[in-house]
Amino acid sequence: MRPNAAGVGPGGVSVPNADPFPSTYRPYPSRPTVIRNVAILTAAGPAIRNGAVLLENGKITQVGASVTAPADAVVIDGSGKYLTPGIIDTHSHIGAGGAPGDPGAQTDDVNEATNPVTANVWVEHSVWPQDPQFPRSLAGGVTTLQVLPGSANLIGGRSVVLKVVPSRTAQGMKFPGAKYGLKMACGENPKRVYAQRGPSTRMGNVAGYRAAWIAAERYRRQWDKWNATHQGDPPQRDLGLETLAEVLRGNILVHNHCYRADEMATMMDIAHEFGYKIRSFHHGVEAYKIADLLARDSISASVWADWGAFKLEAADAVRGNLGLLTKAGVRAITHSDDASGEQRLVQESAKGMAEANRIGIPITEDEAIKWNTINPAWALGLEDRIGSIEVGKNADVVLWSGDPFSVYSRPEKVWIDGAMLFDRLDPSQRWRTDFELGFVPPPSGGTR
Amino acid sequence: MRIAITIAALLLAPALADAQTIAITGAKIYPVSGPVIDRGTVLIRDGKIAAVGADVAIPSDAQRIDAAGKVVTPGLVNGATTLGVQEIGAVRTTVETRARGRDQVAAAFSVWDGFNPASVLLQGARNGGVTSVLIAPSGGLISGQAAMVHLVDGDLRDMLLRTPVGMVATIGNAQAAAAGSRGEVLLRLREILEDARAYRTRRADYERAQTRPFAASRLDLEALQPVLAGTEPLVIDVNKASDIEAALELGRRYNLRLIVAGGAEAWMVADKLAAAKVPVLTGAMNNIPEAFAQLGQRQENAGLLAKAGVPVVIVGNAGGGDEEAFNVRNVRFEAGNAVAYGMDATAALRAITLTPAEVFGVSDRVGSLAPGKDADVVVWSGDPFEFATQPEHVLIGGRDAMARSRQDLLEQRYKSLPPTYRRP
Repeated sequence: MRPNAAGVGPGGVSVPNADPFPSTYRPYPSRPTVIRNVAILTAAGPAIRNGAVLLENGKITQVGASVTAPADAVVIDGSGKYLTPGIIDTHSHIGAGGAPGDPGAQTDDVNEATNPVTANVWVEHSVWPQDPQFPRSLAGGVTTLQVLPGSANLIGGRSVVLKVVPSRTAQGMKFPGAKYGLKMACGENPKRVYAQRGPSTRMGNVAGYRAAWIAAERYRRQWDKWNATHQGDPPQRDLGLETLAEVLRGNILVHNHCYRADEMATMMDIAHEFGYKIRSFHHGVEAYKIADLLARDSISASVWADWGAFKLEAADAVRGNLGLLTKAGVRAITHSDDASGEQRLVQESAKGMAEANRIGIPITEDEAIKWNTINPAWALGLEDRIGSIEVGKNADVVLWSGDPFSVYSRPEKVWIDGAMLFDRLDPSQRWRTDFELGFVPPPSGGTR
Repeated sequence: MRIAITIAALLLAPALADAQTIAITGAKIYPVSGPVIDRGTVLIRDGKIAAVGADVAIPSDAQRIDAAGKVVTPGLVNGATTLGVQEIGAVRTTVETRARGRDQVAAAFSVWDGFNPASVLLQGARNGGVTSVLIAPSGGLISGQAAMVHLVDGDLRDMLLRTPVGMVATIGNAQAAAAGSRGEVLLRLREILEDARAYRTRRADYERAQTRPFAASRLDLEALQPVLAGTEPLVIDVNKASDIEAALELGRRYNLRLIVAGGAEAWMVADKLAAAKVPVLTGAMNNIPEAFAQLGQRQENAGLLAKAGVPVVIVGNAGGGDEEAFNVRNVRFEAGNAVAYGMDATAALRAITLTPAEVFGVSDRVGSLAPGKDADVVVWSGDPFEFATQPEHVLIGGRDAMARSRQDLLEQRYKSLPPTYRRP
């Protein structure tokens, strides 16, 4: 007998189920929409300086100098404005690390810092959909984000990819069909958190990862064998090893917090030893020092534009990181790890672009916008669905009041799957979480 | 630093010799203390601004900097940093911002005593156009005293513009003050201020141990005297509107000069702050209700306060990337965001130049381009608030302050891979 959809095998025992907490997301209602006379940064080629897009049934159906729109389409004039793909953040903790964060509010559910390996936790079970940080990220143009467990642990648990939409449950925000990620962390954080019980050294960290993968290999073999034969009792389930085995099978993408170049190189060796791939190094403050190695292994780098010096492993931060990585052929990504910075990810890219140009690496806006769109889409395994303005892609787009790389520009309207979910010009329709009602003064429209 | 400047001279765009007289010509000039000059000259002599205007006679011996098409502003003044008193945030031995004090009181603590003129972070700030900074202590109920530092190449004595420029305390954070509640924080502040007042008139009795015990140590009580006299401002870290009102009440009761730092909800009491002439140090990049004391935090704060007539100093407030040490240079982007959220651009530039200089009592030296002021001048490639704009020349006290930072050296080393560890 095959396991049924609920993941129940012979004799009523539970067996690994790829999707016990399925997405219940449904796109919000939308109308066919044309945005025209707009400068389009497509993330898929040169900008269209005076172009148009048509959004229909949640998809981008036409892009070009002009489009043929149905008679009932909403028409938006984008004169003087810019259109970009929805912004994607590979590194968020919002929802899991909620606001307000006062002591006693118990809104910090990011680090299960009780064991150096907690592959068994799923961060979606920490996500509070009423976190007031969600609507602020949407207003910053963010349409998709990956919530990660924290970096206290060598292996922190499963990530979840969310659409930034109002919902009563995290499941209602889950990006349908998105792969899970696995959070791993190098360096100072795990050795600091576990200084007393271990690992307390970088060599202890490495021994910890390897021990976990050795256990995962055995677990994978046992289950693969039982899945092939269904003979006898299934092996004992272990939530952590289930997750790690799925990484080894290539079904979960590895997102590895790692600052130092030498440690990233070690992590690449571990990946080779156990036959898994690292999809993205996160923070990668020294990624520019090993850009050639990252390019060789097709590992993307999710980095800040200019954070540094808050700890020794962040002392070699350079603003040229994004540019140097791009020059070497690495998929460079501007990430936030910060609910405030997440709202201005294109501003962060603008800093990286300016520095690249200053040091003689020509980076255009057409290239830099990829740091916020198609490159993070790739890191999440969603590059076929989001991350660029191309026919057939999900209609996740942002209309900016001006050049998005200017400090003066802000998202004016944001669409997810063709539905306009944010309109700066209409504060009365602004998404306010349950928490905000009464507690937080309502937003104004701003002035620009 | 001499060596660094020599390297800069070799590697960077034309560096300035240490000329006695420098003329920056053809630029759009924002003196801040006066109207914009669309095309003018800044004349510098012996480290001071000699003249600023559209028709300035240029002496024949002047070194000229052609700044046609460029923008010239005063050097930026960042009013909330830990520059030089913090190198690596997590490395305790390099962090000099906190005193243990006594019962969370460290009024006598002078944060500049721990200042490191050799901090590698200074050059990044200079290269970003920042020429003066406030360095402030933190932690506890009364954290200690702040200083204004001039980012000239020199030792501590050369660099201190003025000390002390403010006594730092907190109201809104009972936990940091080791108090049980807001009311207890206020109670303790009042008790300490009253004891400082009593101490002033009874120093001799105190020395003979003929007073009741005071709520703070002798040095702390001494340090609070200029605060009670109204000659040194009390910089109160406070966010919640009702806490700001409590701070104003404290100021009225003891006749204090107040400065509000943080001020997340200051916009809600903007009229009261304006009436009391209390400046606010705040940013424009945080709208998150990240604590119950900051539920009303919004990016329009700086603009709304300025419109109400409150003196505004724009500082970093997003809290990421160590904006108080490593990213002191980003204060110009904070100002740009303030403009995006409604602040007048002229006011925003003032909020990172002349206003902080005035608020901390150093406007006779820095913060504007006016004759007699120190020649702290930045030539920008364009709008200083924009990301694409670079500082092209940074002068501090009339001397070229640009040099390769540690970050520049790393970029240089790794621009080709594998890196070149030895010069050919």
